[in-house]
Amino acid sequence: MSEAAAQPPIERGGWPGVAWALRRDLRLALRSKAELGVQLLFYVVVVSLFPLGVGADPTLLRALGPGVLWVAALLASLLSLPRLFAADFADGTLEQIALSPYPLPALISGKILAHWLTTGVPLAALSPLLALQFGLDGSELVALAAGLALGTPTLSLLGAIGAALTLGLRAGGALLALLILPLYVPILIFGAGAVEASRVGLAAGGELSVLGAALLVAAIGAPLASAAAVRIALD
Amino acid sequence: MLEAHDLAARRGDAQLFSGVSLSLGPGTALFVRGPNGSGKTTLLRILAGTTQAAAGRVLWRGEQVGPFHPALRACAVFIGHAPALKDELTAEENLASLATLHGAPAERAAVLEALNAWSLSRQRALPARVLSQGQRRRVALARLWLLSRPLWLLDEPATALDDAGQVTLRDALAAHLAARGIAVIATHQDLPVASGAHQSLLLA
Repeated sequence: MSEAAAQPPIERGGWPGVAWALRRDLRLALRSKAELGVQLLFYVVVVSLFPLGVGADPTLLRALGPGVLWVAALLASLLSLPRLFAADFADGTLEQIALSPYPLPALISGKILAHWLTTGVPLAALSPLLALQFGLDGSELVALAAGLALGTPTLSLLGAIGAALTLGLRAGGALLALLILPLYVPILIFGAGAVEASRVGLAAGGELSVLGAALLVAAIGAPLASAAAVRIALD
Repeated sequence: MLEAHDLAARRGDAQLFSGVSLSLGPGTALFVRGPNGSGKTTLLRILAGTTQAAAGRVLWRGEQVGPFHPALRACAVFIGHAPALKDELTAEENLASLATLHGAPAERAAVLEALNAWSLSRQRALPARVLSQGQRRRVALARLWLLSRPLWLLDEPATALDDAGQVTLRDALAAHLAARGIAVIATHQDLPVASGAHQSLLLA
């Protein structure tokens, strides 16, 4: 054993913390692929139920499409959120994460990034294919995929705050949905609005810019808020 | 080095303890004893900086430290009841991952040496989910070997350890104290220390 009195540097930068959490969570996600599949399959099934339910009227489907795809994406994103901190909380890892010399918001940013890469990115990538069921085409598909690519990281970021706040609560999953879904409303409005705009032949740039702005604000605020909530949960 | 003055803790409405003071210099171990529910874990968590004390203050190297203080996070290693292992990762990956999290360079050779010291070399490639309770505890304790932190905070470290494991723990503790480290250990079992000063604290 080395010299115990050796003094490690006290302040540590954030990037190694982000990298640690990102690498570990991606590795864990790859070890339990079934969980990833369940969430993606949920998205596919929910989206596919609508054309079966409302019938094959092309005008109706094209009008419904953007909203249905976005609502299903919100629900699918919500499905995996309780796992973001709960597993680490239960096995004591979250305590060790909070006691790490790296800044807690940085470690949480890494976890959120991993969550987005494993849930948001597959949703955004799959959505143009599912959108074909609603007769969307061309610029609408682009607006949908771009909107989801900009919107899903915000969903993960906002969701992390809710997941941290509901840590250790009974019925935390239902409470999480009640807490987070209202916060998702602006993302839903502008995301579905972008597709709607290109459907009626307008440029979707405005809506996409709002989604980008929301992402920037959430990227700065959400890790700090989640870190505060995690510390409260550990007390 | 580690001091606490008039610490008090409450859980819900119940007062666990009050007026607990301690002062530990380099090379000292403190054994915290007391019946179940007397607040041993809470005291350790206050010293580790995850729980806010109801009253009193903690000083590390003369500086007052509150919950999640950077100086504590850089110097202390806290091993609680939960071994902090991920079931999906192997013993080796778990150990390397926890060492990196705490800012220690986790070279493969050092990780293997730590596993070897805790007689886990045969289990190093097994996922943590198939390890026994005692083996999980060994992986958690092997972290002490890699981190070389001056302050150890161990909550019932000997739980589920067999005789050989307890000997390893005792040797590790003796080496830590000989290197002028400090340890606070909540325990029911006697862990005779070969070298170094030790104190006892009884929580009623």
